[in-house]
Amino acid sequence: MLGYLQRIGLAALSQLSNLGRAGLILAQAVFGRSRAGIHWHLLIHQVYAVGVLSLSIIIVSGLFIGMVLGLQGYTILVNYGSEQALGQMVALSLTRELGPVVTALLFAGRAGSALTAEIGLMKVTEQLASLEMMGIDPLRRVVAPRFWAGVISLPILSLIFVSVGCLGGALVGVSWLGIDSGSFWANMQASVSFYDDVVNGMIKSVIFALVVTWIAVYQGFDLVPTSEGIARATTRTVVYASLAILGLDFFLTAVMFGGI
Amino acid sequence: MYSRRLEISVGGFVLFGALCLAFLALEVSGLAQTRSTETYQISARFDNVAGLTARAKVSAAGVTVGRVIGIRYDDKTAAALVDIEINDQFATFSADTSASIFTAGLLGEKYIGLATGADTVFLKDGDVIYDTQSSIVLEELIGKFLLNMGSNK
Repeated sequence: MLGYLQRIGLAALSQLSNLGRAGLILAQAVFGRSRAGIHWHLLIHQVYAVGVLSLSIIIVSGLFIGMVLGLQGYTILVNYGSEQALGQMVALSLTRELGPVVTALLFAGRAGSALTAEIGLMKVTEQLASLEMMGIDPLRRVVAPRFWAGVISLPILSLIFVSVGCLGGALVGVSWLGIDSGSFWANMQASVSFYDDVVNGMIKSVIFALVVTWIAVYQGFDLVPTSEGIARATTRTVVYASLAILGLDFFLTAVMFGGI
Repeated sequence: MYSRRLEISVGGFVLFGALCLAFLALEVSGLAQTRSTETYQISARFDNVAGLTARAKVSAAGVTVGRVIGIRYDDKTAAALVDIEINDQFATFSADTSASIFTAGLLGEKYIGLATGADTVFLKDGDVIYDTQSSIVLEELIGKFLLNMGSNK
């Protein structure tokens, strides 16, 4: 009985210390003092690695999700004779939910895991330790640019995903299924509000970006320095980030859209 | 140079994101058309506003001239007061304008239709429309219909 209690206590304590370490790493990377100011060239390099290289997967999946939404929506809406509402359906589901969430999930798989593996490998090969020996703070030099690159890239990717998805929906709805293009876009514009839908979707995306990159850099920085440790940390990044995205999404939706 | 190409591609990435934001703002959410211009506010007193919501459109002759910005219950007259915001460019609604609540399509959303009258005095900020036609409640219609069927027998 006491053994169980002890195990629960141990688990809780280790979770708590993990959370504390993650917070410290984040705080030090974001607010820590740096003699050289912000490393712009490092940041740009990381935006390239995290953002530009994720473009292809984001564009392709955005296009196909938009097209599938268009097709599925059409088969349902046509029963009620209101297939003109397709534009509204596609745009609202993309801006409010699918855009931020699917982009963040893809980002966690494509870029988050890469961040963890990269930082983890630096730790295993003791590059982080040698940076410290040279008097360079690895949190500023290695973690901070990657963190900011993720925070900058994910909302941009999400914007691209939503735009491409809307175009994909239009491609299926207007060009293939023959909905009048005027009523498709007019319905969309009448129902989508820039501040309530697009801006709220972007706020979601920024929050997901903070959480996903935070999890990714923490898992990389804090892993057990073996090859098995890298494998585990990479898996944990994807799993934790995906769970965090889906869980947070519910609360954000409840706060943003639940009150209407 | 490698670094130069990399920087250009990042610049292109950010620019692409900005373009997508512009696309979402203009094409998807139609921000340019709904950008609020100068408006004036009037109210309309309805006996029943069932189904009408804030942000519903207000139209005259089928043209959108404004939006519903709020619905209140006036406990003195036991009626609903609907606050309406009308664009300044539509400033010539006569003082005896009537307002009705319509439904767009069979299952569509409710909106307010304004029909201007003959008065030469125009509505201005803060005026109230009393000549109104309430929203049609389907249950009441069915009830009346059933009652008539009973009395015809």
